[in-house]
Amino acid sequence: MIRIDHISKRFKRLQVLDNVSASFTKGQVISLIGPNGSGKTTLIKTILGMVKADSGEIYVNDTAVNSDFEYRKNIGYMPQIGRYPDNLKIGQLFKMLKHIRGKEDGELDHNLVEKFNLPAIYDKPMRTLSGGTRQKVSACLAFLFNPDVLILDEPTAGLDPLSSEILKEKIIEEKNKNKLILITSHVLSDLDELTTHIMYLQEGKLRFLKDMQTLQDETGEARLGKAIARIMKSEKLNLLSEDEKLMVKK
Amino acid sequence: MIKLARYVLYDIFRSKVIIGYTLFLFLISVSLFNMEENSSKAMLSLLSIVLIVVPLISLIFATIHYYNSYEFIELMLSQPMSRTKILLSEYSGVSLSLLASFLIGVGIPVLIYSFDGTGMAMLFTGSALTMIFTSIAFFASVKSRDKARGIGAALLLWFYFALIFDGLILLILFAFSDYPLEKLTLLLSSLNPIDLGRIFIMLKMDVSALMGYTGALYKDFFGSLSGMLYTMGIMFVWMAVPLWLAVRAFKRKDL
Repeated sequence: MIRIDHISKRFKRLQVLDNVSASFTKGQVISLIGPNGSGKTTLIKTILGMVKADSGEIYVNDTAVNSDFEYRKNIGYMPQIGRYPDNLKIGQLFKMLKHIRGKEDGELDHNLVEKFNLPAIYDKPMRTLSGGTRQKVSACLAFLFNPDVLILDEPTAGLDPLSSEILKEKIIEEKNKNKLILITSHVLSDLDELTTHIMYLQEGKLRFLKDMQTLQDETGEARLGKAIARIMKSEKLNLLSEDEKLMVKK
Repeated sequence: MIKLARYVLYDIFRSKVIIGYTLFLFLISVSLFNMEENSSKAMLSLLSIVLIVVPLISLIFATIHYYNSYEFIELMLSQPMSRTKILLSEYSGVSLSLLASFLIGVGIPVLIYSFDGTGMAMLFTGSALTMIFTSIAFFASVKSRDKARGIGAALLLWFYFALIFDGLILLILFAFSDYPLEKLTLLLSSLNPIDLGRIFIMLKMDVSALMGYTGALYKDFFGSLSGMLYTMGIMFVWMAVPLWLAVRAFKRKDL
């Protein structure tokens, strides 16, 4: 469904993505994890065509993402920070996106909208909403159009425990509908029940892309958090030695 | 494109800044027309306000709007919509609401108190300057990633067009005062839409009689139909080129 083919991206002196290749198919829930600044958000933005890669190509359903924008019809995206025009009301925002996507109410998935009870606050202007409510709006917009691919950037950050649970249930529901879901999160315990595959990025490089089972077998840890912590620890040792190499060079 | 522009327009119409701007223009215009006995004197005062305030507000408002809509633009980019359409929708939303403010704030008083050639020239120039400086602001903000830098660039551009450019022209005229420069100044004025607008309106006024030989040459040129078409053409170029550059830069930009 999504094929990432030797993507590299450099922002001035920082190599954000370094020759990353991967391939995702239907029914997978990919957890993109890695330290801050490891290129997770950049990778997502490259898939969405917001960031143009220096080299390499990304294909969504066999369409190269740089060639046109129609492929985004099949993608629902929930950004890390959702900010919307101040004076637009929630209801109008939904209406606008329906207009843009050209879809009617019948084809839409209002499930999450109702669970979050958003219709009750349809008349509120966006500027009056709290961060958590805005996050709920972002989540609803991602699921509303019933897309084949869902890209969620830090979906549970800023949500209260109850809403976070609702969102997770929804993600599992979509996973069972055989959709491809890409999640980045630092809350690994949230990912535990959702994920099928782990994609670990560090300093723009793809360290590994493994399914949960393999990871559990290799590290001997049942929980994702512990397994990743173990890997990070060993990575840290590597980093240290790299620093030392630099010291010697100087 | 209209789909998105409509909502951008709706959002801006409800912003306090736009409502305040409209009221400010309206109050200034009405009080100027009421204070001066002679409506052409009032027009002269209004002219300086239009030439200074309209570009400034258009630049600053458009720049701030662009940076405040950054995350929203990102969200739009994740929708099946082309980048050109997104930027042009934002542009039409911002420029049309500023234009509406100007036409209500200045247009209505002018239509009531001074409905003649000068008044029409003033409304044309004000509208053109609104579109032009919104487009310049979009170019400046697409080009600079940082908000402070974008606003700084917008202010600098305003200083250049409103103040520095005239100084440069004076310098040239002074340095080459031994040569006939009338045609050259005519050409130079095309390099600044504010100057072009000023000359365009001034020549419709009685004061142009006091401007000597250069004034006579100007009147000869701008007074004619071809001169008017020339002014409109140059104004259009000033709007279209920065907008085109902005779209071009936006298409290649990483958001």
